[in-house]
Amino acid sequence: MYYVVTIATLITMALALIRALIGPTVYDRVLTVNMFGTKTVLLLSVIAFLAGRPDFLDLALAYALINFIGVLAVLEFFKSREIRRQQERDVEQESTRGKTG
Amino acid sequence: MDQGLIHTVLDIISWILLTTGAFFVLVGGVGALRMPNLYTRMHAASVTDTMGAALVLGGIMVQAGLTLATIKLAAILLFLLITSPTSSYALAHAALLAGIKPDAGRAADEEHHE
Amino acid sequence: MTVLFGIFLLTLLVITAVAIVRTQNLFVAVMLLGIFSLLIALNFFILDAADVALTEAAVGAGISTVLFLGALALTSERERFVTKHRALSVAVVVCATLVVLYATFDKPAFGDPNAPVHQHVAPWYLEYEPEYIDIPNVVTAVLGSFRGYDTLGEVFVVFTAGIGVLFLLSARPGRKTSRRQSENDESAIGLRENLIPRVVARLLVPFILLFGLYVQFHGEYGPGGGFQAGALIAAAFILYALVEGEARTLEVLPRNALIALTAAGALLYGGVGLTGILLGSEFLDYSVLAADPVSGQQMGIILIEAGVGMTVTGVLLLIFHAFAARDQV
Repeated sequence: MYYVVTIATLITMALALIRALIGPTVYDRVLTVNMFGTKTVLLLSVIAFLAGRPDFLDLALAYALINFIGVLAVLEFFKSREIRRQQERDVEQESTRGKTG
Repeated sequence: MDQGLIHTVLDIISWILLTTGAFFVLVGGVGALRMPNLYTRMHAASVTDTMGAALVLGGIMVQAGLTLATIKLAAILLFLLITSPTSSYALAHAALLAGIKPDAGRAADEEHHE
Repeated sequence: MTVLFGIFLLTLLVITAVAIVRTQNLFVAVMLLGIFSLLIALNFFILDAADVALTEAAVGAGISTVLFLGALALTSERERFVTKHRALSVAVVVCATLVVLYATFDKPAFGDPNAPVHQHVAPWYLEYEPEYIDIPNVVTAVLGSFRGYDTLGEVFVVFTAGIGVLFLLSARPGRKTSRRQSENDESAIGLRENLIPRVVARLLVPFILLFGLYVQFHGEYGPGGGFQAGALIAAAFILYALVEGEARTLEVLPRNALIALTAAGALLYGGVGLTGILLGSEFLDYSVLAADPVSGQQMGIILIEAGVGMTVTGVLLLIFHAFAARDQV
């Protein structure tokens, strides 16, 4: 019964990995890393339950946390990069306006 | 006899939940790979993520009965329910702010700020 | 069945590794490193090594990604392609690979009960651990007590790494005031303007801290311990820094407190060891810490795990602040 879920999750991980490798924009890759993390949590829960060791469910909870924090960190990185690029563009515009004006 | 019947009913319920969860998980994977556009991929991945996780974890919880494992699984489920949609929202917001337009079709799927 | 899952995951791992090496865009490499870390952690988990899996996930997939991104924000995003000495590099790599492959022919089979690792000290630990220490998680018992000296070295290595990073990257003290002024016009420090992640993160930070403390003290009964708990507590503070901005996080837990925390953790560990000498026995002998040797061992393990947790939290947060505090190189 659990093998169906495990095999489905493993196949989805492989598909997500393919998208991470070919995804044209960086947001595709962030999306697949997030998906990968959630699938890892599922796989861990199923295997922990299959092996009859409920202590291992702590790992699944920790992974879910880490996944969330990782995705937010990546997005924060993007935002700060956008802001810096916007600032550089503003500075350039001001300098060209200063030159012509 | 009574115990056996309850066991069978619980087994059937968890079997249904687990298979439906596995189906959603698989659909999410296929969707993330085959959808034409970033936003459609996001839609496929995030919706099926949460739904599949909820069903699979629910199926395991039914099997586990009333033990400590069920409480831990409920905590994982609650956490996933709160954070997975938040991550998808933050991702879509960031992509929109970066200028990727939600055009239907492959028109918007260009290399952008790579 | 385990072998099949293991082979599948390892194949995915090889594909990811090849992709990491081949890509020119360092940001993509960081994302793929996150996936790599998750795959390795799953592999460890399938091989029944839960403590290692937890540490790998907490440190590799979470904190390492954040630190790499912090470093990428300071440097460029594209790898600079070096073309000198290519033939020599390829030759060295090929020779090393052939030597390693040749060495693997001598390894015992997977799971062989007569392998040397199952022969000498490991069965003794497994057999005598209930008599000497009597805690359910044998890994923590071996790590904390039987091999306590090695773990002392590990804590001091982490501490030294933190000091090294501080030497290389410490921010100039004058920046603190200028940063507080610029906080108001830079309207998007952190995910400030983004309401939903901010609310959710503020809701979750206390629970993550609580979970970190749970993992710290539960290390004797299940997977857990000082290293994992340190990484999780640091992750909670990093989450707070991501949504509220780094300046406010420094107000909550200032840099001096972090340095004190780091040093106090290492001192605690060494202090427990010295207490063994002061009470008439050897260095790092916990049996004399309480009336009964077994309780003494358990108390010793609790204390040193607390020391490990404190040092790891302090060092990870110091490194994070060192990266995040620099706007440009």
